[in-house]
Amino acid sequence: MSDINFAFLDEYAKREIRRSIIKAICIPGYQVPYSSREMPMGRGFGTGGLQLTLALIGIDDTLKVIDQGSDDSVNAVNLRKFIEMTCPGINTTTCLQEATLIQSRHRIPERPLRADQILVLQVPYPDALVIVEPSEDKRKIMHGEADYSRLLVKLYEDIVKFDEITISHRYPTRINGHYIIDPSPIPRYDVPRLNNSEALILFGAGREKKIYAVPPHCPAEPLAFDDVPFRIEDFTDSNGERRACRLCGSKTSFLDEFIDEHGVRIYQCSDSDYCEQQQELAHE
Amino acid sequence: MGYVAIKGGGKAIEGAADAMEYLRVRQAEGAVPLDIATIENQLYFLHGRILSEGGLYHPKLAALAIKQSLGDTLEASFALRAYRSTKPRLLETAAHDTTDMRLIRRISASFKDIPGGQMLGPTTDYALRLLRMELLNESPEQFQAIAKTLFAGLPEQTVPDSFPKVLDSLRAEGLLPKVNQAAREQPFDITREPLIFPVPRSAALATMARGETGSLLAIAYSNMRGYGDVHPTVAELRVGYLPVMLPHPITGELVEAGEVLMTECEVVAMYQDNENKNALPTFTLGYGACFGHNEVKAISMAILDRALQKGMQDGPENPSEDPEFVLLHVDGIDSMGFASHYKMPHYVTFQSDMDRLRTTRQKQEANDE
Repeated sequence: MSDINFAFLDEYAKREIRRSIIKAICIPGYQVPYSSREMPMGRGFGTGGLQLTLALIGIDDTLKVIDQGSDDSVNAVNLRKFIEMTCPGINTTTCLQEATLIQSRHRIPERPLRADQILVLQVPYPDALVIVEPSEDKRKIMHGEADYSRLLVKLYEDIVKFDEITISHRYPTRINGHYIIDPSPIPRYDVPRLNNSEALILFGAGREKKIYAVPPHCPAEPLAFDDVPFRIEDFTDSNGERRACRLCGSKTSFLDEFIDEHGVRIYQCSDSDYCEQQQELAHE
Repeated sequence: MGYVAIKGGGKAIEGAADAMEYLRVRQAEGAVPLDIATIENQLYFLHGRILSEGGLYHPKLAALAIKQSLGDTLEASFALRAYRSTKPRLLETAAHDTTDMRLIRRISASFKDIPGGQMLGPTTDYALRLLRMELLNESPEQFQAIAKTLFAGLPEQTVPDSFPKVLDSLRAEGLLPKVNQAAREQPFDITREPLIFPVPRSAALATMARGETGSLLAIAYSNMRGYGDVHPTVAELRVGYLPVMLPHPITGELVEAGEVLMTECEVVAMYQDNENKNALPTFTLGYGACFGHNEVKAISMAILDRALQKGMQDGPENPSEDPEFVLLHVDGIDSMGFASHYKMPHYVTFQSDMDRLRTTRQKQEANDE
């Protein structure tokens, strides 16, 4: 690996990404196009987030990488190993409080982020309008004019057909009163945490070659109607009780649902670091 | 529980890497590993395809990429492309004139005879696709004997160094549009700038030049069959070695730095409405070129270039005339990556999907009652 630069990318590539990040912060929610280099892992495996992380990381940083809320999922392990290999001197952690830079796929950590932390989210589809308009050229004009009427019609048609808004994740969210973003495939449960965040939240779409941002203290509102409010995932059981994590007992966290070896449906925290810390607290 | 939920992700990845390595060496005792030079020479077409789809002319590393990916074209191109990301762009080449190519093959379908003559060269076009059973057990001695005797009696200088271009004669007659000099000056570098539509033709050509052969072929074929109407005539298809000229770092003078094997195809299509009403109508052109010897790719690209130019002028009437449709879907690295990513865990989003479906079902049941 000796002939490879610190953080894999050449310095020109990192500089281009940093400039794109600055532009993205200046225009909250706007998708900044950038040239996006090929990474040695598959397009779709977080190469956009990875490029952001590699452009930002320095030897003083402590990095946390999660996928589906877990530090130990195969993709998180793979990304973390690659970053450790190409960025000698950095620290990695699984503990949210210790991290300065957090790269994540599909989740925002349970506990609130701090102002000295940056969250990087991996993005497969950067444009919320893609569900109503396939042409990027036309979508760009719609964004410029803040013309989101077709998205609102889609929500309305959902209500007419199903009596519910059927968008489950990647929920369209308006940033700073103008641009609507695809907040990456986070569950609806995580969307409110984009609003007025202490930490800078960056989005990287490698294959689609876009970077966008929700800067700290920036309004982020999920698209909804006055009489049909936005709703997060429902974890109440048939008795109307909020389900709890079987490991830490949390009744507020986002839960993974699966079937154990005995065919019994069980629920546990999706954020594994949060769950472990809750269990340790309970022991003390 | 799945392969991701609890501890052990790292171990699983290492185990998978070992299992892959086993696939590579499973021929075991008595076998010899594939030699890099053997891959470059005996898997000539595969090697050329990786050079082109990987977007980096590095014959040795392309052969290595084929070796380590066990011949998977998408994976091999991908490894070469990722290697490219670690390298800065140090120089820019000027537009090269392919008249200077040292040809191994050139044909024209538009004229019976062409200045310099038709030169069939190495091609399977007229070969009978019968399996050559004698190659099943070819010995090294037999192999070397063929190499020694083939072309043995041939005089050294039978082929001139370069050939005139077929299009030049049509251009001299005024049947083709004039070369757009302005467009040649600032070519778009797709490795340094994102595609923002509408894109210049040079960006479209560069994207297709490293596009995946099968993807280009499929979209070009849709045009050939009737979802479009380019109806091309191959004015010239050439395969050969193009000298690469780089500006000298001090004097700025162009010096030959090496050569690249490439395939180039120029197609002529019927005339269109001219934007300039006073000008006489001319044939229209399509251009395709790629690293390596890959004629299907160069022809597909030339047809798509023509289709896209038509789409940009008149608005797309077919998928093959739509720049976004073609250019955003022909890259093998992008498309294979995204297809593969569906194998990754998606259980957070699936949890949200189940929540929506259950809620919708509950509501419908309540309404039905």
